[in-house]
Amino acid sequence: MAEFRMPSLGADMEAGTLVEWRVRPGDHVQRGDIIADVETDKGIIEVEVFEAGVVEQMLVQPGTHVPVGTVLALLRTDGAAVATPGSVPLAPGPAPAVVSVPSASTPSASRPVAPAPAATGRRVRVSPLARRLAAELHVDLSTVQGSGPEGAIERADVERAAAMAQPTPPAPAPAAPRPSPAVPAFQAGMRRAIAAAMSRANREIPHYYLQTRIDMSRALHWLEVENQRRAIKDRLLPAVLIIKAVARALGEVPALNGYWIEDTLQLQEAVHLGFAIALRQGGLVAPAMHHADLKSLDELMQALRDLITRVRAGRLRSSEMTDATVTLTHLGDLGVETVYGVIYPPQVALIGCGKILEQPWAEHGMLGVRPVLTATLAADHRATDGHQGARFLEALNHFLQEVGP
Amino acid sequence: MTEAQLREVISKTLGQIAPEADLTQLPPEADLRQALDIDSFDHLQFLIGLHEALGVEIPEADYGQLVTLADIVRYLMARVP
Repeated sequence: MAEFRMPSLGADMEAGTLVEWRVRPGDHVQRGDIIADVETDKGIIEVEVFEAGVVEQMLVQPGTHVPVGTVLALLRTDGAAVATPGSVPLAPGPAPAVVSVPSASTPSASRPVAPAPAATGRRVRVSPLARRLAAELHVDLSTVQGSGPEGAIERADVERAAAMAQPTPPAPAPAAPRPSPAVPAFQAGMRRAIAAAMSRANREIPHYYLQTRIDMSRALHWLEVENQRRAIKDRLLPAVLIIKAVARALGEVPALNGYWIEDTLQLQEAVHLGFAIALRQGGLVAPAMHHADLKSLDELMQALRDLITRVRAGRLRSSEMTDATVTLTHLGDLGVETVYGVIYPPQVALIGCGKILEQPWAEHGMLGVRPVLTATLAADHRATDGHQGARFLEALNHFLQEVGP
Repeated sequence: MTEAQLREVISKTLGQIAPEADLTQLPPEADLRQALDIDSFDHLQFLIGLHEALGVEIPEADYGQLVTLADIVRYLMARVP
């Protein structure tokens, strides 16, 4: 018998709310199946199970807010639990039954994004959870009055609107409003989660920073030619070239790809690249692109699209939330030239990329103008030294000079 | 297709990316990405959406002609079947 516990979906998570069971007693589950939705400060996460077996009993009802480590359900396992190489529970304390596991499969095709409400005269802030719920309950968000900070629409608002929109419900109402868990305003929760992780990072991690300027003319020229012959749906973004080069450079300097746990650097073989994605309503998440080093540019573009689409729809999976081995933050869409990042513990490095800007560039005694990317590395000095960091940025530059399929 | 119909399509496509956007409030000469805080990923999704809704090919080299709402309307009006 195995216990399925409330997983820790990040270094900063202390408790979560079980939103929904995706399985019922008697169901057979395979490793990697999504068995429950859990609401955290970072939205709803689809939680995967990592043991095959039969669901025996649910111990916690949907709507219940419980600490990390609480047993949620019992599974009758087919055999001994499969040891998963490279998996690391991220939080101290009760070991979660669910640990992060590299998923070898490419993320599935993107789910449809919740239909957007018609544009109205006001600027509406909507939490991902509320957006998703609105789609499920067919609630037009433009008609919903938000009660959150700055009029943000939250889950309870959508439920209220759905309840009001329903005419007298048929006998046993099938779509009874879900129990509303005691979850604080989404944005406040997101802010707290970020605050906890970043405070820990600043308190515990002796950061060092390195910076380099990279001539992007070759890479961008290749991309321009490549995109010319592609249909718009298949076009690549410059960010994908950077992701690929970062993943390859980590292969050259593996010491930056891992976790600092219990005073030791635990190298991770797989490169699960956390990609920081800003949410329109504020805050950010950095879910993992699994095995970024093994993916082609097209696969990375597909993975990026899938991830961003699901982030915006509030549908991330537990493994994506927990097993990033390193993080890339790409602020190239804003005017930012240089990013000095804060590492997401227990990771040991964060790569920052600014906007690609035309800049004067001296080479071979000649002055020219080139599109220049300023890349930075924030690294944990307990785990690595500047020499390794410098080798990484050198490798990043190298791989960006030889982009291609 | 009339211009009003085209604007409707643009508004709908944009609504999937920036639900809070109100095109009637947007100055026609404003930089759309800046005004609505649209990143490069969402910008590409927006253009893909327009391509799918209208069947207009939008080569990457033309992105520079699609900065403001007025640009987009002008560009697409000249090309919609």
